[in-house]
Amino acid sequence: MSENILDIKDLRTSFFVEGSEVRAVDGVTFQVPEGKTLGIVGESGSGKSITALSILQLIERPGEIVGGSINFKGEELTEAKNARMRDIRGNEISMIFQEPMTSLNPVYTIGQQLRESYKIHQGLGKKEGTKRAIEMLELVGIPSPAKRVDQYPYELSGGMRQRVMIAMALACRPELLIADEPTTALDVTIQAQILELIKELQNDIGMSVIMITHDLGVVAETCDYVAVMYCGKVVEYADVETLFENPRHPYTVGLLNSLPRHDVDQDELIPIKGSVPAPDEMPTGCRFAPRCPHASDICSKLPELETQEDGNDVRCWIYTEEWDGEKGVAVYDREHTT
Amino acid sequence: MTTFIIRRLLQLIPVLLGVTILVFSLMHLTPGNPAVIMAGESAPQATVEAIEQRLGLNDPLHVQYFNFLGNALQLDFGTSIRDNIPVFEHIQPRFLITLELTIYSMIFAIVLGLLAGIVSAVRQYTFSDVAIMVVALFGLSMPNFWLGLMLIQWFSINLGWLSPTGWGDPDQLVLPVIALGTAGAAIIARMTRSSMLDVISQDYIRTARAKGVKERVVIFRHALKNAMIPVVTVIGLQFGYFLAGSVLTESVFAINGLGRLIIDAILQRDFPIVQGAVLVVSVSFVIVNLIVDISYRFLNKRVDLN
Repeated sequence: MSENILDIKDLRTSFFVEGSEVRAVDGVTFQVPEGKTLGIVGESGSGKSITALSILQLIERPGEIVGGSINFKGEELTEAKNARMRDIRGNEISMIFQEPMTSLNPVYTIGQQLRESYKIHQGLGKKEGTKRAIEMLELVGIPSPAKRVDQYPYELSGGMRQRVMIAMALACRPELLIADEPTTALDVTIQAQILELIKELQNDIGMSVIMITHDLGVVAETCDYVAVMYCGKVVEYADVETLFENPRHPYTVGLLNSLPRHDVDQDELIPIKGSVPAPDEMPTGCRFAPRCPHASDICSKLPELETQEDGNDVRCWIYTEEWDGEKGVAVYDREHTT
Repeated sequence: MTTFIIRRLLQLIPVLLGVTILVFSLMHLTPGNPAVIMAGESAPQATVEAIEQRLGLNDPLHVQYFNFLGNALQLDFGTSIRDNIPVFEHIQPRFLITLELTIYSMIFAIVLGLLAGIVSAVRQYTFSDVAIMVVALFGLSMPNFWLGLMLIQWFSINLGWLSPTGWGDPDQLVLPVIALGTAGAAIIARMTRSSMLDVISQDYIRTARAKGVKERVVIFRHALKNAMIPVVTVIGLQFGYFLAGSVLTESVFAINGLGRLIIDAILQRDFPIVQGAVLVVSVSFVIVNLIVDISYRFLNKRVDLN
C-alpha cells in the first residue's frame, strides 16, 4: 500500500447565510494514495466542489472551514499561513475547473496567464516564461503553440481553453491535481480526449489526481479509488473495482441503476426517487433515508462510516448489528432488469 | 489598430458637421434680429443695416452656414461684437484655463473614485464600504456651486488656508478642483464598486487565486482591468459634465475660464464668442470620447466598434 499524499479527516465547511448555518461539507473523510486517482462522485450540491476548494483554502465569505483536518504530505493545511498556501496553490496542488469558457481571464493573452505561474513559483522572466509556456501548450496538444501563446481566450474553442487550463495547472508539475468536473462543459468527443490527456500527463509527471465528477463513466475510466458523496458526507469509499462490483450504499446503487448499461438487457432505467433535500430540511438521521427504498426506523439516526470486510467504507445501518429492517436485504442486484 | 483609429476619425466628420449646424443655428434660432439685438433697440436703421451687411445676414442661410463652416475650419470665428478682437484670441487663453481645471478635476475624480470603489468592493458590507457609499451619495447629491460656496466658507473664510478666487497658484487650484471633481468621483466610485463586485465573483478570479497569485495582484491586475471596461465609459461621459460644470465652478471661484466667457458673452449678446466657445467645448467633448473608445480597445480586445 502506497503512502497517502492527502489525508482528509472529518472536514467541515459551512456557509453562514442570514444567521443560519448551511453545512456544505459535513464531516468528510477520505485519502488520496500517492500517484493514484481518487474520484469524488455525487449529485450537484453534494459538496464535491466545496471539498476541493477547502483543500486549497479558497473558501470565501460567507463560507468557512469550521473543523477537521486536511493533511497534505504531513502538513496541516487548515493551519497553514496565507503565504504558505499561495506557495502551494498552482505549484504543489493545482486545480482545473468545470467552466473552461469563463475560467480564463478575458483581457490577458494565454501566454501572459501561463507565464504568471512560472513567475510566481519559479521566478522566471518573460523570455524564459514564454518558452516554457509554449512547451506546456505543446504538451497539452495545442496546435501551433507559438502562435496561440499570443492569443486571447475568446479566440480559442472550449476544448482548447480547457487544454490551456490544464497547461496552467500542470505548469509547475504539481504533486496533486484537483480536476473539478473538467469535462462536463465539453462535447463528448472532446471529453474523452481531455480525460486521456490528464491520464497521460499523470503518468509522465507522477502526480496524484482528485477527479470530481457526477459521471460514473468517467470514474470507471480514470479512477483507482472512489468516494461517493451525498449531502456533504461521504457515504461510501472503496477502490473502483469493488465499488462497481459490489456497491453497498443504497445511494451508490441508485447511481449505478440510473446509468444505462450494455452488459445486461435493460427495459428501463431506475431513477433515484425524489431529489436532494434543501439545506433547511436536511434529515437529522441518514441523509438519504427519505429517498432510500430500504429505509427503516433506525435510519432516523445518523450511521457512521464503517469499514466492511471487503474493504468498502460504508455509511449505512444495513451493514450493522443494529439494523432493524429486513435481514439480508439485496441492496444491489447485478443482473437486475426492471 | 491603426485602421481602427482612422475609421473612427472618419466617423467624427458627420458628428462634427452636426455640431457646427447646431452652433450655427444658435444665432438664427434666437428670437429677434441678431443685428438689432447687437446694435440695441434704439439704434438707427443705418447702423442695423451695416451690422447685417458685415455679418452677411442678408445672404441665404446655406451660404451663411458654409461661410461660417469655412471660417471655423481655419479657427476664424469672427470678431467680438464688443471690442472687435478676434474671437479666437478671446477663447484661447480662457480655454486653456478651463482645460486645466477640467483635467485636474478629472484626475482628482478618477483617482479618488477608483480607490474608493475598489476599497468598497473588496470590503463589501463592512463599515468602510457603507461609509464610502454614504459619502459618495452626498458627493453625488451636492450641486457643485453649493459645494464650492461651502468650501470657500470653511477653508478660505473660517480657516484662511486656501485662496477663494482666481486660478494659477497651487493654493488657488485646490478648492475649485474639489468642487468640480467631487460629483464625478462619487459616480466613478459607485460604478467601480458594482463593476468590481461583478468581476470578483467571476470564475477567472478563482483561477488566479488557485494559481497562487497574491490577493493584491488578484485585485489590481486580474480584476481591475476587467472592471475598468464599464468605468471608462462613465469617465468619458463625466468629462462632458465637467466641461459644463466648469461654467458654475468658474463663476463661484471667479476664474476667468471659458465658462465665464460664455456667460458674459450670452449676457452681452456677443454671438460670435458664444458660437466659437460652444464649438470648442463640443469638439473637445467629441475628442475625449474618441480617446475613450480607443482605450476601450486596449482594455477589451474583443470590442469591435464598427
